[in-house]
Amino acid sequence: MLDWLAASPAERRLLPGGRLQGPTPYVIAIMMFVMVVIAAAGLALANAAGVVAQGVESRFSVQIADGAAKAPLALRALAGAPGVAAVRPVPESEMRQTLERWLGPAGAEADLPLPALIDVDLKPGASPQAVAARVEKAVPGARFVAHEVMLAPMLRAIRSLTWLSFALVLLIAAATAAAVVLAARGALDTNRSTIEVMHGIGATDDQVAGLFQRKIALDSLTGGLAGAAAAGVVLLLVAGGRAVWVEDFAGGPLLEIGDVLLLAALPLIGTIVATLVARQAVLRALRSSL
Amino acid sequence: MLRDLDFRLAAGGFYFLTGPSGAGKTSLLKLLYLAQRPTRGSISLFGEELGEAPREALPHYRRRIGVVFQDFRLVRHLSAFDNVALPLRIAGQDEAEVESSVREMLAWVGLADRASARPPTLSGGEQQRVAIARAVIARPELLVADEPTGNVDAEMAGRILHLLTALNRLGTTIIIATHDVSLIAATPGAQIIRLDHGAMVDPTGALKNPPSPAGSARADA
Repeated sequence: MLDWLAASPAERRLLPGGRLQGPTPYVIAIMMFVMVVIAAAGLALANAAGVVAQGVESRFSVQIADGAAKAPLALRALAGAPGVAAVRPVPESEMRQTLERWLGPAGAEADLPLPALIDVDLKPGASPQAVAARVEKAVPGARFVAHEVMLAPMLRAIRSLTWLSFALVLLIAAATAAAVVLAARGALDTNRSTIEVMHGIGATDDQVAGLFQRKIALDSLTGGLAGAAAAGVVLLLVAGGRAVWVEDFAGGPLLEIGDVLLLAALPLIGTIVATLVARQAVLRALRSSL
Repeated sequence: MLRDLDFRLAAGGFYFLTGPSGAGKTSLLKLLYLAQRPTRGSISLFGEELGEAPREALPHYRRRIGVVFQDFRLVRHLSAFDNVALPLRIAGQDEAEVESSVREMLAWVGLADRASARPPTLSGGEQQRVAIARAVIARPELLVADEPTGNVDAEMAGRILHLLTALNRLGTTIIIATHDVSLIAATPGAQIIRLDHGAMVDPTGALKNPPSPAGSARADA
């Protein structure tokens, strides 16, 4: 199936200039580097959004605005409620610590009134409305808030960024394909006289296109592997250092093994696409002659 | 511009195409080696009507035609050996056979010691001999040559004519465009097609007793 890649020395001599001559492999290397980095970022964002969404899917908070005095009532109501998996009152010290991050030392002052907060995890299939009604009955005015609702804007932003990164990958792929078409046309123009001679003595379009598609395939593979390897090094450096907090935030590894395999396959996918694009460009150009 | 041409070439015939410069000799040859289609009329080769044949069908017929171009059209970055080997390799012949056939052919045209030389380092006459070797290496059924002895001395012209005559005896139909009267005189059995202003001059007188038809052309181009 891939025998067209293995050219004989005589076939290789037909197109002058060896591999890595001309800008094509370097352009493809740069494009592939950018593509892999952006694709990795997109996959990491998608994973993070998934983990966060899954984590908050069944998590709720009970907020009691006028203090901790009514918290035990709410706790009692929640303890007996059907569908409640876990109940955890958030300690005041934890809330003050959080506030301190936002407000500075003033956030830790004891005279700043704080609401009572209770984290509630529901079992799958439990009705949040039923639990909310039970809390409201025990402590009128208490709010039963889904974490999902609070984090929705952030999740929306992450998902938008994910789609944006995938769109960028497609755009870069399209730009790479355009560069390959230009390279193929350039190679055709450079070798116009050779092609005319070959056609004149009975070469088929497939034979001529084979020469170019082989060259483009090898250039793409070389450039693609180099670009992907460079991107891999950068991603390892990032993942080994500054991205740890992102993993903490996401609650899991940024890239799964399937994601890594997909990224590793990008140079191969790129080579196949570049080869097909080059072949079509060459065949289309050849059809304009007799 | 060719007009009102109507003639047949016999399989195994030997033809000279003559006429003043601009008479349309090269245009007629282009029609014969399928580098051009007639704008009107028809052209039939090897018993097939090829004037409007789909372009995918043409390579098959082109492999049966050897062409010596006036400007040689050698591939500049390939050696003389590779240039001569091109038709055999395109036809998918085994590399061992290619090697022996090409060595033999280069020896025949006196270029055995120039096999690895590239065209820009060859003289005009040497390039012409490489072009002739490339045209005949695959034993074509039809050989079309545009001034094949234009750049060689009389001795080499004689050898080339001898080669073409030998090829003709093996059954190849040969048509040579030339101004070289001595070449025509040295080939008594050949017939002459004379063109002027794109038309045949005295076609019945020029093509005396044409043999049984194999290729025919009725074209305007």
